[in-house]
Amino acid sequence: MASRPQVARRPPTAGVNLSLNNPTIRAILYQIVVVGAVGLVIWYLVSNTIENLETRRIATGFGFLDREAGLPIGESLIPYSPADTYARALFVGLLNTLRVALIGIVLATLLGTIVGIARLSSNWLVAQAARVYVEMLRNLPLLLQLLFWWTLFRDLFPGPRQALAPLPGVFLSNRGVQLPAILWQPGYGYVLGAFVVGVGAALAVRRWAKRRQALTGQQFPVLWTSLALIFGVPGITFLAIGAPFALERPELRGFNFAGGMTLTPEFAALLIGLVTYTAAFIAEIVRSGILAVNQGQWEAALALGLRRGQVLRLVVLPQALRVIVPPTTSQYLNLTKNSSLAVAIGYPDIVSVANTTLNQTGQAIEGIAIIMAVYLTISLSISAFMNWYNRHIALVER
Amino acid sequence: MSDTQSHYTSPSFAGPKTRQPGRTFADIPPVRWARANLFNSWLNTALTLLLAYFIVKYAIDIVSWGLINAVWEVPGNDTRACREIREIGACWALINEKFRFIMFATYPYEEHWRPALVIAIFLALYAISAMRRFWNRKLIVIWLLGLVSIGILMWGGVFGLRYVEQERWGGLPITLMLSTFGIAIAFPLSILLALGRRSDMPAIRVMCVTYIELIRGVPLISLLFMASVMFPLFLPEGLTVDKLLRAQVAIIMFAAAYLAEVVRGGLQAIPKGQYEAADAIGLSYWQKIGFIILPQALRLVIPPLVNTFIGLFKDTSLVLIIGIFDLLNAAKTSVNEPAWQGFGVEAYIFVSIIYFVFCFGMSKYSQDLEADLSRHRKR
Repeated sequence: MASRPQVARRPPTAGVNLSLNNPTIRAILYQIVVVGAVGLVIWYLVSNTIENLETRRIATGFGFLDREAGLPIGESLIPYSPADTYARALFVGLLNTLRVALIGIVLATLLGTIVGIARLSSNWLVAQAARVYVEMLRNLPLLLQLLFWWTLFRDLFPGPRQALAPLPGVFLSNRGVQLPAILWQPGYGYVLGAFVVGVGAALAVRRWAKRRQALTGQQFPVLWTSLALIFGVPGITFLAIGAPFALERPELRGFNFAGGMTLTPEFAALLIGLVTYTAAFIAEIVRSGILAVNQGQWEAALALGLRRGQVLRLVVLPQALRVIVPPTTSQYLNLTKNSSLAVAIGYPDIVSVANTTLNQTGQAIEGIAIIMAVYLTISLSISAFMNWYNRHIALVER
Repeated sequence: MSDTQSHYTSPSFAGPKTRQPGRTFADIPPVRWARANLFNSWLNTALTLLLAYFIVKYAIDIVSWGLINAVWEVPGNDTRACREIREIGACWALINEKFRFIMFATYPYEEHWRPALVIAIFLALYAISAMRRFWNRKLIVIWLLGLVSIGILMWGGVFGLRYVEQERWGGLPITLMLSTFGIAIAFPLSILLALGRRSDMPAIRVMCVTYIELIRGVPLISLLFMASVMFPLFLPEGLTVDKLLRAQVAIIMFAAAYLAEVVRGGLQAIPKGQYEAADAIGLSYWQKIGFIILPQALRLVIPPLVNTFIGLFKDTSLVLIIGIFDLLNAAKTSVNEPAWQGFGVEAYIFVSIIYFVFCFGMSKYSQDLEADLSRHRKR
């Protein structure tokens, strides 16, 4: 069927062969047949759907987005009330999805890296503990783990009055996790601005140092200068505005906590579940990435006279990252897609809100189209960014 | 290594030279091992002690919760004994009472031997498929026989078996069916998709790429929602398809896209010379793929294939969200009764063990197979 168009098999004098024996003609024919068949099936399904929608008198189109939603949402990053529109409710859901996905990706990367390195530890106990962690978490369905954490919060953790306090100011109870919050002070805007300036200056220094090294061969301590710029500039600004700082600790008032930051049991269960599960996969990726770099690379780099830090930064990490980055990208994508399991434990993410919406309005096609569009957009953006990064660090073969 | 050992040999446990006949404490193999693997530097000693402290602490907590303080049996549905020890002990009486419900859900009670036998048949089929000497045409016959008997046992209505409608099926057989049929039907589809993605024909390539990327870009839940609320709209008036079958179709569509990417990896790893040699000896496209390319490509991707199978097995639990009674949903529902409310953790721990046995078994098997196949290649 698909063999390459075979030209020049006959002498050119034979002219154009229009019989079925010509592979090119055959390929075109096959494609017409397959595309036609798929088109027919799609046309059949669509016409059925239109007919069904008419007989069931289901409205179509996205007009419902402007209507009042009347659905209460437990937690929201922006002001929201049931009197708001469906569009706003869905936006709240989208923000909730992004919130859990972003925090989850950062924490899973940290935990996964630690566990992955621990699996290679020379300390037997550490390596075994990491192995048991990875095997346990990888071999159980995520949904089961989420339900487990959520039930643990709801059924086994005590009420606020007897809340567990693993760290000072941190409370675990059946109302969720209470954390101390840093209060926003008037001068923090300047500190944020100084941070941006610091990062910009660090990037400029890096470019300048690279050019200078290329021209003169002289090295410049870029890392230390950058760290000083990135953390020093905002630090000095912070001190200059008088170091305003206030921590609000959660306190027990009556039957519940007041003040501080609250993670609801749903959010806490979802975050813990997603982070611990994805970290197990990232740990295996990190481990294989480190193992993939040959011991000879270390020895060769040391023989060239590089210091150990330089070997790690310039020789080993770039090679390990090349192995680590592509599968880690798909883990980030998985974490984002898995956050949709929130619907099972009642965290109001986009799937959960869209599901309620489609149940209330009956507009199933639009509801599912919204869910799919959101996830496709997120997936394609993450993979576009990671592909760019991957090309950036990929092996350049000369 | 010898360096660190001599460093930590304290004078009181001097080397073998001073105490000739007997062996010193440091020479006892476990001690030497512990020194090399647990206490070879100050940092490692600190880590070992810290970790050992936490492990012992939590092990004591877990053992006292799960074994010592646990309640194993209660009379009838009287769970007061469990409530009394709620904070300090597990209520395994739940499993004792609800074991059959978790395993078989709402299947008629007196017919429970049928789903039990179905589970046994599935296990036997898996065991036979794992043995490499059955990897031939015979396996297809065995599977067909197995599946037919599973269908007869679940539905009944023949050989004097009572007919059991699909709405009453549940528990572990549902999980095994969704994953087995999901993989068995999606796998051939995925090979076609992977071949299509690498085809020279642009229209076919574009269609396969679109399908694969579209499915891989959205969560399984959205496909399951589609199956449960949108699928009925696709069909002409009057024709309805059972919910379980719709979920099965969604799982197959999902699995095919993921497996296709794994198969594509294998196809890409086959050197061009193999394709050209097959063309040169005049094989047709399907002969080339069937006799030359696929046997090599699939062998290469056995480990990632099994990993995808494990993922799919775990993902079948998502049908809980659209209300199908698989193993996980049966466990979740088993604590709905007022008497048993609040004992979800115990139910989840119990089904965790079942899921773990299946997934861990598959991953161990794939590791052994990988080692076996690579040894074969190295020789």
